[in-house]
Amino acid sequence: MIAELGLALLWIAAALACLSLVAGALFLRGGPKDLATLVRPASVAQGVLTAVAFALLIALFVRSDMSVELVARNSNSLKPMLFKVAGTWGNHEGSMLLWLTILGLSGALIAIFEKRLREDTLVATLAAQAALSLGFFAFLIFSSNPFKRLPVAPPDGQGLNPLLQDPGLAFHPPTLYVGYVGLSVAFSFAVGALITREIGPAFARTMRPWVLGSWIFLTLGITAGSYWAYYELGWGGWWFWDPVENVSLVPWLAGAALLHSVAVTATRNALRAWTVMLAVIGFSMSMVGTFIVRSGLLTSVHSFAVDPERGTFLLVLMAVYIGGALTLFALRAGSVAEGKKFALLSREGSLVINNLLLTTILALVLLGTLYPIVAEAMGEKISVGPPYYNRVAGPLALILCLVMVAGPLLAWRKDDGKKLWSRLPLAIFAGAAVLFALILFGGKVGILPLLGMTVAGIVAVASLAPLWGRNLRRTPLPTWGMVIAHFGVAVCLAGMGAESAFIKERLVAAAPGDVVKVDDFAVKFVGVKPIAGPNYTAIEGTLIATTPSGQSFMLRPEARTFPGLMGTAPTETNEAALLTRPGGQLYAVLGQPVPSDDGTADRYQLRLWWKPLVWWIWLGGALIAVGAALSMLGRAQLLAIWRTRRTRKAQERFAP
Amino acid sequence: MKAKHQRLILALVALVGVGGAGVLAASALRDEAAYFRTPVEVAAGKTEVGEAMRLGGMVAKGSIVRQADGLTIRFVATDGKASVPVEYKGIVPDLFGEESGMVADGRMRGDGTFVADRILAKHDERYMPPQMGDMPKDMKAAPKA
Repeated sequence: MIAELGLALLWIAAALACLSLVAGALFLRGGPKDLATLVRPASVAQGVLTAVAFALLIALFVRSDMSVELVARNSNSLKPMLFKVAGTWGNHEGSMLLWLTILGLSGALIAIFEKRLREDTLVATLAAQAALSLGFFAFLIFSSNPFKRLPVAPPDGQGLNPLLQDPGLAFHPPTLYVGYVGLSVAFSFAVGALITREIGPAFARTMRPWVLGSWIFLTLGITAGSYWAYYELGWGGWWFWDPVENVSLVPWLAGAALLHSVAVTATRNALRAWTVMLAVIGFSMSMVGTFIVRSGLLTSVHSFAVDPERGTFLLVLMAVYIGGALTLFALRAGSVAEGKKFALLSREGSLVINNLLLTTILALVLLGTLYPIVAEAMGEKISVGPPYYNRVAGPLALILCLVMVAGPLLAWRKDDGKKLWSRLPLAIFAGAAVLFALILFGGKVGILPLLGMTVAGIVAVASLAPLWGRNLRRTPLPTWGMVIAHFGVAVCLAGMGAESAFIKERLVAAAPGDVVKVDDFAVKFVGVKPIAGPNYTAIEGTLIATTPSGQSFMLRPEARTFPGLMGTAPTETNEAALLTRPGGQLYAVLGQPVPSDDGTADRYQLRLWWKPLVWWIWLGGALIAVGAALSMLGRAQLLAIWRTRRTRKAQERFAP
Repeated sequence: MKAKHQRLILALVALVGVGGAGVLAASALRDEAAYFRTPVEVAAGKTEVGEAMRLGGMVAKGSIVRQADGLTIRFVATDGKASVPVEYKGIVPDLFGEESGMVADGRMRGDGTFVADRILAKHDERYMPPQMGDMPKDMKAAPKA
């Protein structure tokens, strides 16, 4: 019954989305006011019902109801509970339902909490959000029904790809989805504001927390995904420039540009048309990403579950939404009057340059990702790899960082070049110090890591400059947010540079008792033993790493074997062991046994890496997210209301 | 400065920026786009010694030979039309085996051997690079041992 109820709820929710769209459209064309009052409750109900349907799907997975096709294909009764739950969205249908749930819930949140916008703009926004949902409801119900029953229930399911059975991956896709869908809200706001021609600071301030929120989740999702690839795949890399990675980076770049331009629109009422355009681009990029991953148009080492028919459906949806929004933009952009003036050397000017650079990087990454498709259409099969991306994105990212140094130190509207230089000596000194230290003691360092670490030094010092001479307790939260996020970029950059410049690697065939030197560590290979996990068996190696000061640490890398289910071949995975130290991480992978020909003790392949400062990459990502979160908190209406109430109370108390 | 001049300067900056990026992308694409090679292309002499590239192919049956150091393996990558000997020193990833698809980063050595720095990990045994789509069906569908 659960599955049938779930499907019924989806249909009702779709009908409610239809109602919101029609009622909203009629109201906006001059219909009775009652229609507008319908839209809010319909949006809330739609979100709640979709969420309940998603909860029912989770329940089916938890109960291992094998009569449902999706469960039978993607779950197994022997799986640990966390992965049964995560299995719900670890597949195409489930993840689309999750997407719709987040879309519906964010619509509900707008309907409940948004009080700043004019009523007609709000109705237009909710109608746009309903139109988005409706397309995805159609996609889900007609082409990928998650609640489909099997005529005969199999005794047990096929399970989930063992590589995906990892807590990191259980939470990584939902995080990214919240980010993607948050951008859909910005898109709906942009469409709503274009329809009612209300584009100005009020609209920008309303959109801003949504942009920040979605960007926080995108940042966390990408950071977590990178860390997952780093420790789970056993290859020790943290960025691959794979199409699937790129399509999450592209909306992140659009979001980064948008949150800077929306700041200009909100505070200075400038860059209005550009902000609206970016909001449209941002969500378009998340749709392009979903389309690429789902359609199988691009093969990627991360690809899973591809189906051309679904690809076509998504392509049509994409054409309708993006094409519709762009047409609307073209019709209305002219009526969006020019904003306030500013000089080139000003905060606004630096943000314009920031936006230009971010969108250029976006375009270059997208070009590299899509180029193979175009080339294939012209009869040539090629593939674009890391050398391309490093060459185009690396230099631009470094220039972007230098703009980031200057931007926060410039005044709004107009500033003086000489004054800017007078604010920078400490930062330039820091950069020079890093550069000299690297040249003197660093040995042979590649040009990109060298520049990266130098710029990191400049950015780290300069990012703290806005706090200079301020009362730290009275510094507004958004300023703190900016400082922390920019500092996070420096930390991230330093980690990337140090890791690629100073990585040390040892690859050995070690017998029990052997000691391997890697950087300052003496790593002793104690031996291996077989162990059993909940649904796998494994060989576990024991390593003892000793520092020069005599401290010892245990590392236990594993080579796991998952039994093949329902006739499939068994799968093997590597679990790397990580030792995190202040200066970096020691990374150990256990390989295959090396057969001995003289009958002595078996040796094992062992790969050891010393990765200096590598964890700074993810620390930097986390700091960026924390900074954005502080900025969002500082701008949230709730906090402002709470503050004014408190000050009012305090004033009342001291009133004569 | 007048607003009109200012907009002109901004437009010029944008134009120079976008133009520069375009040139950068075009040159990078020309140099680096032929990143993925199949054994046929290697045999046809489309690759240069020492140029960074990615090689895709099927690991030929019975071709994996371990070296005495226990770390280096040699095997033959084939696409059904041509073969390239590959040398790799390291731990092979999950899902690597004879008669299965293989993708590796590395470069050609003067003696015609492809030296792999890394053999790529895959999420899924069904993954197949698009360049290998032309291989004979029976090779693609070969069951794993």
